[in-house]
Amino acid sequence: MAKAAKQTKPKTPAKAAGSPDAEEWLTMYQQMARIRAFEDRVNLLYTSAKMPGLAHLYIGEEAIAVGVCSALNADDYITSTHRGHGHCIAKGAAVDLMFAELLGKAAGYCKGKGGSMHIADQDNGNLGANAIVGGSAGIAVGAGFSAQRRGSGQVAVCFFGEGALGQGLIYETMNLAQLWKLPVIFVCENNMYNEYTHFSETTAGQPIDRAHAFGIHTEELDGQDIRLVHETAVRVVERARRGEGPAFLLCHTYRYHGHHVGDINREYYRSKEEERDWVENRDPIALFADWLLAEKLTDRSVLDGIEAEAKDEVERGAQFALDAPYPDPSEVETNVYA
Amino acid sequence: MSTPEAGKNGARVLTFGEAIREALAEELRRDPTVFVMGEDVAEAGTAFKVLLGLVDEFGPDRVIDSPISEPGITGLGVGAAMTGMRPVIDIMFGDFITLTMDQMVNQAAKIHYMSGGKLKVPMVLRTTMGATRRSAAQHSQSLHAWFSHVPGLKVVVPSTPYDAKGLLKTAIRDDNPVAFFEDKMMYQLKGEVPEEEYTIPFGVADIKRSGSDITIVATSSMVQVSLAAAEKLAEIGIEAEVVDPRTTFPLDKETIIESAKKTSRAIVVDEGYERYGVTAEIASVIADGAFYYLDAPVKRMGAMDVPIPFSPALEDLTVPTADTVMETAKALCGRV
Repeated sequence: MAKAAKQTKPKTPAKAAGSPDAEEWLTMYQQMARIRAFEDRVNLLYTSAKMPGLAHLYIGEEAIAVGVCSALNADDYITSTHRGHGHCIAKGAAVDLMFAELLGKAAGYCKGKGGSMHIADQDNGNLGANAIVGGSAGIAVGAGFSAQRRGSGQVAVCFFGEGALGQGLIYETMNLAQLWKLPVIFVCENNMYNEYTHFSETTAGQPIDRAHAFGIHTEELDGQDIRLVHETAVRVVERARRGEGPAFLLCHTYRYHGHHVGDINREYYRSKEEERDWVENRDPIALFADWLLAEKLTDRSVLDGIEAEAKDEVERGAQFALDAPYPDPSEVETNVYA
Repeated sequence: MSTPEAGKNGARVLTFGEAIREALAEELRRDPTVFVMGEDVAEAGTAFKVLLGLVDEFGPDRVIDSPISEPGITGLGVGAAMTGMRPVIDIMFGDFITLTMDQMVNQAAKIHYMSGGKLKVPMVLRTTMGATRRSAAQHSQSLHAWFSHVPGLKVVVPSTPYDAKGLLKTAIRDDNPVAFFEDKMMYQLKGEVPEEEYTIPFGVADIKRSGSDITIVATSSMVQVSLAAAEKLAEIGIEAEVVDPRTTFPLDKETIIESAKKTSRAIVVDEGYERYGVTAEIASVIADGAFYYLDAPVKRMGAMDVPIPFSPALEDLTVPTADTVMETAKALCGRV
């Protein structure tokens, strides 16, 4: 079965500080393009009734997954969410095996038993997407605890949306992480909507103050700016590796699509003007391209080539999954117990 | 319940609590990835003093006092288990497992399956059960049926110091999430525990007393209650067989069914709530497996379907006792 090249860096020693070079920036651009192409293809699979279940698209938020994961080593851990395809790709997953999982095929990352909301990719440190909002915070903090106790130098990143700010587990685990100086990075992707409700209707006070209350190193940043996300992630990851404890990154971003693919008519909770403004003026890939070109780190043809290559890879991956067999019925009862 | 077991080979006698502590100490010594975490588990040795002294040998990095955060520490245990450790998470009162439900049921239980077998969660959640300690409705329940209901979890309900030690060591070595329920009224129960190393496999029932007239399938402290009932029954010529499944999942159906076939009558006694509980499951196993051998319907005895009351005068009415088990057995044997 075809496997995409691993995108994450090799094991320790940790990635050196300092600004990435042109090649590294282009690798990040490629990852963002792969996520965008993947999610566009998921949308197509879903709307053409080829994909069962639910699909929560990450389009618009790519800079966060890529900016953070490109600051990690392959053996660092992440935990992800129901909107997790981007994290999965950014941490090194192969798109064909992801598509196979999304379609419930035997070749999928989880033999088709997990699906879109539960992809785990242990070989790349992905401890799994989680469909309980905030539910993976314990796992991330446990992985950080384990890394600390084993002296492995690994860090754990917990991705979650601002909707998880309503869950108590987030605060219990932030307390544990700061109390014991665990190497955990809490990455809050504030796409502004808890499903169909603006976060201001669900969140008292300022989200950032909640991390401050624990004394956790906290930064608030534009999640559409991959350079900022990446450089911030590099700093807090190194800090965590040095034993200086967890960090909380509040990244402002936007979900271009609905809460899930079927969430088409959104005007009752957000305006078309607002959507258009983010897409036209704050697209993380377009902003990144503008900067790469302005800095003369690449030219348009290279970026076009990267995007075309990403679409090809995604198309091949989708075809692989469409052609792949479903699991044998005997699989229903395997893997219940280890 | 406080009578020490009769010595079989003059072996060493420990309390239930001491057996638990010894199992943990041996596994902490054997495997550096094992750690114990919970509220007041270190210097305080837990509210029940069961872990006293462990921190002195293993230090606060392996016997770890945590905040009062049951979901947080259970979740931490899940993540640590997924990444190379073998956590033993201490949840002081079984009633508090309600706080761990998402982490146990949606996370720990499902991760192996959801990942297609790639990830595993070798963790133990130790907690308590049992009424009659005058602790009222939020510190007295026996909620082991809740975890027994969930595919992916294993559930242990030991009834003697010997079983507690051997089963806890097995639980820690198991590659799955295991919920281990200790009846807090049994911590002072004495019994023989050999000094040499042993483990007890899951899913193997133990016949705690042989008999030919009636089968009493009992769990945890209800085994002790049923053994006391069996003594009373023997005085009137009824020989009861007391079968202890030891784990509600995996469940040793075969031994239970064989016993019921032999005696033709069966009672199931468990301290969980009677409705939709362990007794119902085991009664159904007997009805399915021994139907043509039964001379009477299978009788169930559990906690009354009420919140556990505080007043001793009321609380004692809510759980099976040696007398009520004996009376039920007598009636089932047509000896009213």
